[in-house]
Amino acid sequence: MATATTLEFEKPIVELQNQIDELKKMAEKQQLTVGDEIAPLEKRLADLRVEIYRNLSPLQRVLVARHKDRPFTLDYVRLSFTDFIELHGDRAFRDDAAIVGGWARLDGETVMIIGQQRGRDTKENLRRNFGMPHPEGYRKALRLMKLAEKFQVPVLTFIDTPGAWAGLGAEERGQSEAIARNLLEMSQLQVPVIATVIGEGGSGGALALGVADRVLMMENAVYSVITIEGCAAILWKDGKSPAMKERAASALRITAQDLYELRVIDEIVPEPPGGAHANHDETAHGLQQALMRNLEELRKYKPDKLVRRRREKYLRMGQYAE
Amino acid sequence: MAWFRKEKKPRQPRRERLEIPADVWEKCEACGHTDIREKFERNLNVCPECDYHRRIRATEYVNLLLDDGQYEELDPELRSVDPLTFPEYPQRLARATQNAGEADAIMTVTGTLGAMPLFLGVMDFAFMGGSMGSVVGEKISRMGQRSLERKYPVVLVSASGGARMQEGVLSLMQMAKTSAVLSQLAERRIPYISVLTNPTTGGVSASFAMLGDAIIAEPGAVVGFAGPRVIKQTIGQDLPEGFQTAEFLMEKGMLDAVVHRRDLKRTIGQLLRHMSGQPAAAGWTSP
Ligand SMILES: [Zn+2]
Repeated sequence: MATATTLEFEKPIVELQNQIDELKKMAEKQQLTVGDEIAPLEKRLADLRVEIYRNLSPLQRVLVARHKDRPFTLDYVRLSFTDFIELHGDRAFRDDAAIVGGWARLDGETVMIIGQQRGRDTKENLRRNFGMPHPEGYRKALRLMKLAEKFQVPVLTFIDTPGAWAGLGAEERGQSEAIARNLLEMSQLQVPVIATVIGEGGSGGALALGVADRVLMMENAVYSVITIEGCAAILWKDGKSPAMKERAASALRITAQDLYELRVIDEIVPEPPGGAHANHDETAHGLQQALMRNLEELRKYKPDKLVRRRREKYLRMGQYAE
Repeated sequence: MAWFRKEKKPRQPRRERLEIPADVWEKCEACGHTDIREKFERNLNVCPECDYHRRIRATEYVNLLLDDGQYEELDPELRSVDPLTFPEYPQRLARATQNAGEADAIMTVTGTLGAMPLFLGVMDFAFMGGSMGSVVGEKISRMGQRSLERKYPVVLVSASGGARMQEGVLSLMQMAKTSAVLSQLAERRIPYISVLTNPTTGGVSASFAMLGDAIIAEPGAVVGFAGPRVIKQTIGQDLPEGFQTAEFLMEKGMLDAVVHRRDLKRTIGQLLRHMSGQPAAAGWTSP
C-alpha cells in the first residue's frame, strides 16, 4: 500500500504491488486460481525493484538512507544479535537517548554494541533528538568502549545520524572535545572495532563512532563531510531545491560505492532488492554474516598489532601531490 | 636568557608622523579605534585601545613564537589535488594560492622556542578559511612522525572554519588521521600544546585542536563545534552575549587559559618546560 513514506521513485513498485494484491484478493473472493496470471507479474515486480534500485541517483540514495522504515540500530540489535542488555548514561551529566549501547551476543559471543538511534514517530524522535547526539552521548559511547576494552570484548558501532547536535547545551558541554576524544581513543582501543554505516553518516558526529579496524557500509547508506543541504546552501545559496541537492549529492561523492573507491570504507554490505526497508530480516541477516566474518579475521591479531594496523590505515588517508 | 624580549624598532620622531599618508592608517574592526598601522603592528596586531586580537598570518605566528624568527619549513612541496573533481575546486585552489601562498592552510616548521627545539604548525585562515583537507592532515601527520623520532614537543596554532568540503569525506577522515597521530605522541609522553585563535570551529575543533595536553586560546577567539550562524539557525533564537568566545569556553571548563598574544611565547615555553621535566627558564618570575 502506498503510504506517506513511499519515495517518489518507488511509486511504480508500489503500484504494481497493489495490482498484484488486488488480483489475489479478487481471486480469493471468487475462489479462482490466478497463479498463472500472478507469476509473471511477481517476476516483473522483482525485476522492477532490482532495476530501480540499481539506478538510484545519489540524491535518491540519501532519501533511502534517511527512510523512516529502514532498520535502525535497535532493529539490528533485535534481528542480528541475542541477549542484549542496554547500558545507560555517561556518569557525568545524563543519558543521551540519541545513542544506545550495551552488551549483546553475536553468534553466541559477547560484543559491545554502540549506535546512534533515530525515532520512528515524532514522539520518539523528540526523545532521541532525531539521532543527533549531545556530548554526553559521545561520552557514554566512550565509556562503553573503555568498558569493552577492559573485558577484552570487541566493539561494534552503528552509524545513523544527520550529525552531532548544534545547540547551546551541546556547545557549553564541549561537543568538539567529546568528538575529538572519541577519535583519539578509538584509534588506540586495544580490542577489535567494526563500524557500520547503516543509514546516514553525517560528518564529525558520525565519525565519532567511526574510527575502526573495519568500516562497513550498507549498500544504500551515505557518508559525508557535510549534509547535502548544507553544502548546497554554502556553494549555491540554495539548500532546498531538488536540483541543487542533487548537484551537492553528486559532487560530494557520498554513496557506498564512492567511499569504497576512495578507500575510506572496507566493505559494502548488500541490501535486498527494494532497499533495507523492504525486508528487515534479510538485511539484518546479511549484516550479521558480514560482521561475523570480519570479526573472525580481526580476532587473529594481537592488540598491539591491531592498533598499529588501525593507525596505519588512518595515516594513509587523503590524497595530495608532492 | 632574554629570548622573550622583543627587539624594538626605533621609534619615529613625532614630527615626522604628521605627514603620514592616509593609507597607513588602520581601523580596529571591534572598537573603531584608528591608529597608524605601525602602532598596530608593534602591538602584534592587537588593538592598542580595546585589545581586540586581529587575525594574523601563519608566518607572523612563526616569527612571534620561534627564537629570532629562525625556522626550517617542513614539507613545503605538498599540494592539494582535486580527488573528487569537485565543481570549482581547482579554481578556488588557484585563487587561494595566489592570495595566501603555497603552504595551503597550514605551515609546519621546526625551530626553537626559548632554546627548546620543537615542531610548530600554524594554520592560515587566509587560505580557504583555514579549511582542513588532505594536505593539512598530511603535514600534521608528517610533523607528528618527526616528533616521534626526535622526541620534540608539538605546538599547533589553529584558525579554521572546519573541514574542506571540496575534498568530501577525505577531509572528514583527516580528523581521524590527526587524532591518531596525537594518540601516538601521547603514548610516548611527548607534550602537545594546542593554541586556539579566531575562529576555530568544525572539524578542526572537533579533532586535534581540543586534544592538547594544554589548550590555550587568544582573547575573544570564537571556538566551537558548530559556527554561531548554524546554531542560531538550529535553535531559532539569538545567541547569548559572548557565547563561544575563549573566555566563555574557559568558564565552561573547556580550556586551560586565555592568553594575550604578547604572552603566548612565554606561556607555551613555561608549559613545555613543566611537561618535559626541564628547569624554569632563567629570568622568569611568576606574574
Ligand atoms: Zn579596538
